[in-house]
Amino acid sequence: MAATEKQPITGAGPFNGILTWVDERFPLMSTWKTHLAEYYAPKNFNFWYYFGSLAMLVLVLQIVTGIFLTMHYKPDAAQAFASVEYIMREVPWGWLMRYMHSTGASAFFICVYLHMFRAMLYGSYRKPRELLWIIGMLIFLCLMAEGFFGYLLPWGQMSYWGAQVIVNLFAAIPFIGPDLAIWIRGDYVVSDATLNRFFAFHVIAVPLVLVGLVAAHLLALHEVGSNNPDGIEIKKLKDPKTGIPLDGIPFHPYYTVKDIFGVAVFMFVFAVIVFFAPEFGGYLLEYNNFIAADPLRTPQHIAPVWYFTPYYSILRSFTVNFFWIDAKIWGVAAMGVSTLIFFLLPWLDRSPAKSIRYRGPIFKTALAVFVMCFFILGYLGTQSVNEGRTIVAQICTVLYFLFFLLMPWYTTIDKCEPEPERVTK
Amino acid sequence: MMKGLVRALARIASGVSAQLGLAVLLATGLAVPPAAWGTEAEIRLEAAPIDVRDAASLQAGARTFVNYCLNCHSASLMRYNRLTDIGLTEQQIKDNLMFTADKVGEMMTIAMTAKDAAEWFGPAPDLSLIARSRGADWLWSYFRGYYRDPNSATGWNNTVFPGVGMPHVLWQLQGDRVLRHAAVRDAAGREVKDGHGNVVTTVKFESVAPGKLSSLEYDIVVRDLVNFMTWMAEPNQVLRKQVGIWVMFFLAILVALSYALYKEFWKDVH
Repeated sequence: MAATEKQPITGAGPFNGILTWVDERFPLMSTWKTHLAEYYAPKNFNFWYYFGSLAMLVLVLQIVTGIFLTMHYKPDAAQAFASVEYIMREVPWGWLMRYMHSTGASAFFICVYLHMFRAMLYGSYRKPRELLWIIGMLIFLCLMAEGFFGYLLPWGQMSYWGAQVIVNLFAAIPFIGPDLAIWIRGDYVVSDATLNRFFAFHVIAVPLVLVGLVAAHLLALHEVGSNNPDGIEIKKLKDPKTGIPLDGIPFHPYYTVKDIFGVAVFMFVFAVIVFFAPEFGGYLLEYNNFIAADPLRTPQHIAPVWYFTPYYSILRSFTVNFFWIDAKIWGVAAMGVSTLIFFLLPWLDRSPAKSIRYRGPIFKTALAVFVMCFFILGYLGTQSVNEGRTIVAQICTVLYFLFFLLMPWYTTIDKCEPEPERVTK
Repeated sequence: MMKGLVRALARIASGVSAQLGLAVLLATGLAVPPAAWGTEAEIRLEAAPIDVRDAASLQAGARTFVNYCLNCHSASLMRYNRLTDIGLTEQQIKDNLMFTADKVGEMMTIAMTAKDAAEWFGPAPDLSLIARSRGADWLWSYFRGYYRDPNSATGWNNTVFPGVGMPHVLWQLQGDRVLRHAAVRDAAGREVKDGHGNVVTTVKFESVAPGKLSSLEYDIVVRDLVNFMTWMAEPNQVLRKQVGIWVMFFLAILVALSYALYKEFWKDVH
């Protein structure tokens, strides 16, 4: 009888009886211990380690604000645009829900990009965390799908034409492309049918997968343990009596209080944008998106939202037909590969050191160049094309891919310093 | 991305500077320089001197809006009794501002259908959100950019919106103006040339028949109208900023307290 083997819960509060009753029927204490009170995280987490928990916070914010938006939004091509404005004008505090949701989308990407960059700084994708990294990448792909589907829903000019451009990319795939694009849209153009299915994907299908993947990400993390800025395994050195890693501290209360501080700072910055600059100069809410979708009027300049612009730049940088294959197909393929190539990082990186602190100058330079290229490509993606910009985008695209493709080589010849035994400050 | 950031900050700052600008303008009583002059590359816009908390200006703007705009354009996302937010009573709204609606809870729609309008004049867009898609600066420059042009269908043209379909609805107030081109000259009186060797020209409006209002009075009418349209595009914007200040205040305390809590717990981590 498993129920009788468990110890009764004896805390200071008045709920010991109820908690004991639940614990006899549900893994309450063991879950609490495994994931919070007795999950030992390295004690040297720095600034970069806030963004995982912040990304989860934003996920919750998006779900909660999204539920309220769904109560008033109409997924109907004839009513969608006006229903969003109804939320903005007539629904009490609807404007707050909407601005939090629209700002939250960008906040989500900022947190996730910084979270991924942290992994690249400290080699968090390396063995034994390859699967953790893969699950994280799947979350990133889901997030991109979620952002893309959600962006159509306000049914403004940018929503409409942005979706039109992206769906047309699928049409470039050889043989099945044109039919695939029709299958995605449910129509020959982006229309009411497209809006309805994008709504279904945005509010239920993708969020379900996303939440499941986040749970898997946490389970995988707690199985292998957190990496840290020194990139060493704290599990190697344990207290012989307690079996607790010498450099580990319980996640709760130490990292819960630290993350609460992170949350407060994040919310402060978030509130500045939500309350004082919700459009953010047209980057969070496009000026053109305050015009209802008009299938007969193409805007002069169509740019995706900022978090897609680096990949959009890579797409546009292919202007020549290699090997008789159309430049557009190369562009679409390159754009796909530019996001998927992150999956291979655990196997491309051959460096003896995980953390950038003990890596040699070649990796440091390569990472710096990669980050610069990412920013430049992101900026160029918001701009219209001209000859000079295309050349810059092409150079950055080449460097972007070389960062990954040459990694097995330059990480082996790089001069690394020895890693320490114990974590440093 | 930087450009957008700068633009976002500039928009915040322009509210303040524009106020100062108009104050100086009003104080000196100077005539206003050309609102905007178009080049092929870009149209330069002047910052609109508006303040969406100025109830008197918003009320004056609402009056101009229903008198001059709401005949052909709708504002179908805007409810009449929302005008109570700018200090009007429902009775005042009914008596002074409602010509096409019976009930004060109705939206600011027009009798003409969009299809008829498109057939008769060309499209007349709904104006509920025009200040958000175009921007207040664009509207301010646009209303001050009309001039007589015998080559256009309506007899009017606009420096901000070349080939504009709408005639100058406020022309009786502003009067007739024409556009004169002149070469830009440097301090020595020589013509200034651009990188391609073309002479740089500037345009100046020249009044040919005065309107009912002086140039300054007209600018005040336009300022109030643009102010109203900007408010109407987001009626909650004043509330949003007011709430925002309290939220920031609360979060600042939360940051301080949570930092103290974090430091207290971490004292025993070495």
